[in-house]
Order: sequence, then C-alpha cells, then structure tokens
Amino acid sequence: MDSEIIRVIAFLVGVIAFAALNAAYLVWLERKEAAHIQRRIGPKEVGPFGLLQPMVDGIKLMTKQILIPDGVDPILFRLAPILAMIPAIMCFVTIPFSQELVARNINLGLLMIFAFASINVLALLLGGWASANKYAVISAARAVAQNVAYEIPMLITVITMVMITGTLNLNDIVAQQPNISQWYIFRFSASPLMPVAFLIFFVCSLAETNRAPFDLSEAESELVAGFHTEYSSMGFGLFFMGEYANIVIGSSLAVILFLGGWQDPFGLFPGVWWFLIKLYCLIFTVIWIRWTYPRTQFYGLLNLSWKILIPISLFNLLLTAGFLKVF
Amino acid sequence: MSHPLPINNQESFVLNLGPQHPATHGVLRVKLTMDGEYIMHAEPVLGYIHRMHEKMGENRTWAQFMPNTGRMDYLSALSFNHCYAALVEKAMGIEVPERAEYLRVITVELNRISSHLVWFGAFILDLGGFSPLLYAFDDREHILDLLESVTGSRLTYCYFRFGGLYNDIDENFVDGTREFIKTMRERLPMYHNLVTKNIILIKRIKDIGPISKETIRKYGATGPVARGSGIDYDIRKNEPYSIYPEFDFDIPVYTECDSMARYMVRMDEIEQSMRIIEQALDKLPEGPIMAPKVPKILKPPKGDYYQAVESARGSLGMRAVSDGTNKAYRLKVRSPTFSNLSLFSEVSEGMLLPDALALMGSLDLVIPEIDR
Repeated sequence: MDSEIIRVIAFLVGVIAFAALNAAYLVWLERKEAAHIQRRIGPKEVGPFGLLQPMVDGIKLMTKQILIPDGVDPILFRLAPILAMIPAIMCFVTIPFSQELVARNINLGLLMIFAFASINVLALLLGGWASANKYAVISAARAVAQNVAYEIPMLITVITMVMITGTLNLNDIVAQQPNISQWYIFRFSASPLMPVAFLIFFVCSLAETNRAPFDLSEAESELVAGFHTEYSSMGFGLFFMGEYANIVIGSSLAVILFLGGWQDPFGLFPGVWWFLIKLYCLIFTVIWIRWTYPRTQFYGLLNLSWKILIPISLFNLLLTAGFLKVF
Repeated sequence: MSHPLPINNQESFVLNLGPQHPATHGVLRVKLTMDGEYIMHAEPVLGYIHRMHEKMGENRTWAQFMPNTGRMDYLSALSFNHCYAALVEKAMGIEVPERAEYLRVITVELNRISSHLVWFGAFILDLGGFSPLLYAFDDREHILDLLESVTGSRLTYCYFRFGGLYNDIDENFVDGTREFIKTMRERLPMYHNLVTKNIILIKRIKDIGPISKETIRKYGATGPVARGSGIDYDIRKNEPYSIYPEFDFDIPVYTECDSMARYMVRMDEIEQSMRIIEQALDKLPEGPIMAPKVPKILKPPKGDYYQAVESARGSLGMRAVSDGTNKAYRLKVRSPTFSNLSLFSEVSEGMLLPDALALMGSLDLVIPEIDR
C-alpha cells in the first residue's frame, strides 16, 4: 500500500484516539482536581485512583437510549452533536506535537484551526434551536453572542502574533522559539505587551470554549443544562467530548503561539513531551479557574470583551506594528 | 441592570423555574414571563410541599406538636423549637430555669451559624461557584456533630421542652464549641478572601436586586433582608425574649439595599452569633435544666397568645388560640421567608434572569418553611 495512505490512516486514528482519550481523562482530571480543591477524594472506586472511571462512564453513555423528543427538528437535532465533534478533530490535523509528529504541516495551519473552530458555535446554535426547548434556545443565543464577542480580541491577538512571526505555519512558529527567553510570551523586543497578549488569548480561549467563569451557556442554576438539555446518551457525549477537545485545542494554540510548543525551555531536549507538559499545565489552570471563581454575568462578560479586551488588543496591534517598523 | 426599553408584550414567553429546577432549592416554582432574558413578571407558585403543619397543630396535643416545629425550617429548626416552646410557656406561665435559657441561646445561635453557612454555600452555588459550598459544609459539619451530641439529631431537632430542655450538655460540648469558634474565626477571613473580595462576585451582586425600605415595609420582610436595606430590626433587640438582653452583641445593618448588603449582613451575623455563644459559655450557670412542676397534660387557659423569635431568616412568629383544652383551637405560624419571597415579584420586574436568581438566592429561601 502507498505509504501516504498509511500515514493518513495512522494520523486519523491517532488524532481521534487522542481527542477521545483526552475528553475521557480530562473529565477524570477535572473530577480529581475539583475534589482536591474541595477537600474531597474524588473518584476512587473503579480502578486504581479511579482511573477506569472514564471508561465505565463512556460505556454507560454509549449503552443509553438516544431520546429524541417530540417537536424537535429531527435532522438538525442529530446533526448538531456531530458538528460539535468533527471540527474539533479537524483542528488537531495541523497541530505540531513535535517537529515530525504533525498530521499535515500546512502553511495556513493557524487559519485552518480558526476556520474549523468557529464551526463549533454553529453546532451549539443548531443544538439549542433544534431542541425546541426554551432553556436551550436562551443558552444557544448566549453562546452565539459570547463567541462573536470573544472571537474579535482573539483574532486581533492572533494577527499581532502573525505580524511578529511572519508565518501561519505552526511548526515554523514553534521553531522560532528555541528556548525560554525566545518564547513569544517573553519576547519584549517585539512588543512590551506580550504577556498581556497571552492573557487576552487565554481569557478568550476560555470564553470561546464556554468554560467557567464564562460558562453562561451552561449555567446550571439558570438554564438547567443549557443547549444540551434535551440530549441524552452519546448525543450529549459528543457535545461533551467536543467541549473538552476544544479546551485542548485552545490550550495547544496558546502553548504553540506563546510558550514555545515542543521546544525545551533550556534548548536541550525538544520533543513531544515538552508540548504535552506545557499543554496539561495550561489545562490544569483552566480547570483550577473553573472550581475557584463564580460565573460572570452576561453584560459583565460582554463589557469585558468590548470595553477592555478589544481596545487593549487593538492597542497592542498598533504598538507591535510600530515596534516592527522602528526596530 | 434593569430593562432599558419599554417592554414589548407581543414577544414574551413563559419560562418555568421549577418545581424541579436546580436554581430553586427545593420545590418552589416561579412562573416567569420573559422578554428575551428580561423578566416582565415573576409569579411564585407555592404549595408543592404543603403538609398542613398548622392544621396538625390543632389536631394534636400541645406536646405532640413539638416535633413538627423542627420540620418546617429544616435549616434553623431550633428557632422554631424555641418559638413554640416559648409560646406555650407564655400561655402556661412556666418559668424556665436560667441554665436552660443559656443552653437554648447557645444551641439556637449555633444553629443560626450553620443555617447561614448553608446559605453562603448555596448562594455562591447559585452564582456558579461550586467550591465554597463544600468548605461551608465542612464547617457546618462541626456544628451538626456538636448539636447531635446534645440533641440526638442532626437536622430536624426536637430539643426544647416546655419548661426547659431534653438533655444537659457535657464538657465535650463546651470544649467542642470553643474549638469550633476558634476555627471559624480562622475560616471567616478565608471566606472573605476567596469569595467576598472576588471581583466577579462583587460585579454579580453589588448594586443588583435593590430592595427599597418602602418595599420591605410593604411586604413585611424581616431578618437579614430588612437589615440589608437599612432597617435596624431584630427581634432579639427590639422585642427581647429569653435572655438575649444579657448579652453584648451588635445587629449588623447595611444601607446599600443590594444583594451584597444582604450577603454582608449574614456574614457579619456569623461573627455576632459567635460572640453571643462565647459570652453564654463564659457565664453558663449551674442548675437544673427543667422547670420543676410542668403538668403532664397541658391545658393553657383560654386566650390568645403570640410569641416572636428571630430565626436565621427573620422574624418568626407563632400565634396560638387556646380554648382551655389539651389541643390548640388555632395555631398560626408567621414564617419569615413567606414575606421575604412575596417581594420577589415586584423587585424582579425588569431584571435579567441571572440577576433575578442572584436576588432570589440572597433572600435565603427555605421552601418547606414557606409552604409549611
């Protein structure tokens, strides 16, 4: 067989397995971490340290009946969870886990990720709309407003990064950051506001993935379960996996753009392990934030984006442009 | 933030909050007429957990009704115990020994702290912060252990008797209570650092859900809800009962009228309750815990009796009409959250859904006590 086909199949299986495994074990991590933050133990019955719990949960989800309530839009209702999961998996295609370990090293990798990631909000909207449930519709409307508001500062920050790096190829961006002083988060020669840019990117990726403290579309005290109120079984499971896959992608992008990707901080042993260590540190922080802060209010969320993040990121864009011109 | 535009009646829909909804803490149902996310009209629908406690009071003897009182407000059951016991003692003219009064105050104040802790956790949970709940329950667990050791139960207490108490305390209870107050004094600053000073929380509850003094008076709201709106009214000070006049404590009053003010009132009350408990433990006299001559069969003289106490949620009153038999002719409970809930409809008009839920959380509703 053609080696190219084998490569494609191997990466396809690998990426799906990575996404699914991450979704399963990030739930475990989330439960364990939340438990320790709250002075509990967390899952411990199934397997050592409860490590088999995600498997058992997965089996339970898969064996449940998919309930399709009367009055829903039958096609969109089934389509939405799939639309939530597929773009998330597509985004993994261009993410460089190490110098060689990348499914497709495309020159427009960064653009492709944002193109696919923005389909996610469509899935939430369709899911909420097709459910014919008031909570779900309100939640879907919130999710769309929130994603539109936060896409802007995020993209402005990414444009700033592209101006500095001069490329959309993710592997090249990582190659430009061989050690910790060269990481873009500390590259003050490009712009003195780089840590702020990282912060904006991180906050926006939290908001884009509907994570606390911006989880308004899943506010259980107001909207029960938000847009997936009517979903059961793997319909719900796919939304869930899509959400965690999006967290992984958001954190991966932050690692690649700002924290040197697969590069060793000391320039010694670059490799996939560094990428994973940085990635999971960031995800750990995401979970930590969720279990510490209460939820924001909707106008607070939009004010943060329109009145604080967008002006700052625009200012950063201009400042960076000036720096690039002068130096 | 209230509704900035005139409300368009044609685009409204009805959203049911409850009776099985994570926001409503029990089986309260609120029928919301919404315009988008703005509330046009909120109508609380009650009765889902009505158990006819007041009618039971008329069908049972005076003593048989005592366990019912612990089952109305499951978070501050001892206040209900206290109210009913004091009511019947007033009717019968029974003198309660001093030690029993001290123990009543200590246990009621402990119960008040535990009730406020549950409210604190549940309120932050309403606002989307899960972790503080677990810490609050950790502290509450100490109180439940202490109260269990003297009352025999952990939630629905039936500890007070007409003329005294069912059980005396021991050294372990005194030491445990002092130990608890010590740890609680360390925990309160932690709560303030983690929760009160959090910018997200401040934005969620500061200037949100303003309840004016006039609204409070109109609906007869009491307790921390009234004190958060600048009304200095606490039964413990204004209509003193038991031995509260002997203690030195303050009534926290905030004039901001918003959810933050109600939050701060309750957090400060935890500290004040601890002050009362400390003084009571220091001054605790020796002696009997039951009045010597309480008749087996109670037959209060004909008349109309009323007794009010300050429960964790506000002014709790019980009125009994006795016709001289061993059962009440009429028993009426004035529960604080029933009045506190009635202002929700007026205040929530034009509010956003999450703000209205923050307001509802700040009212500290206990549904079995509203429905009785």
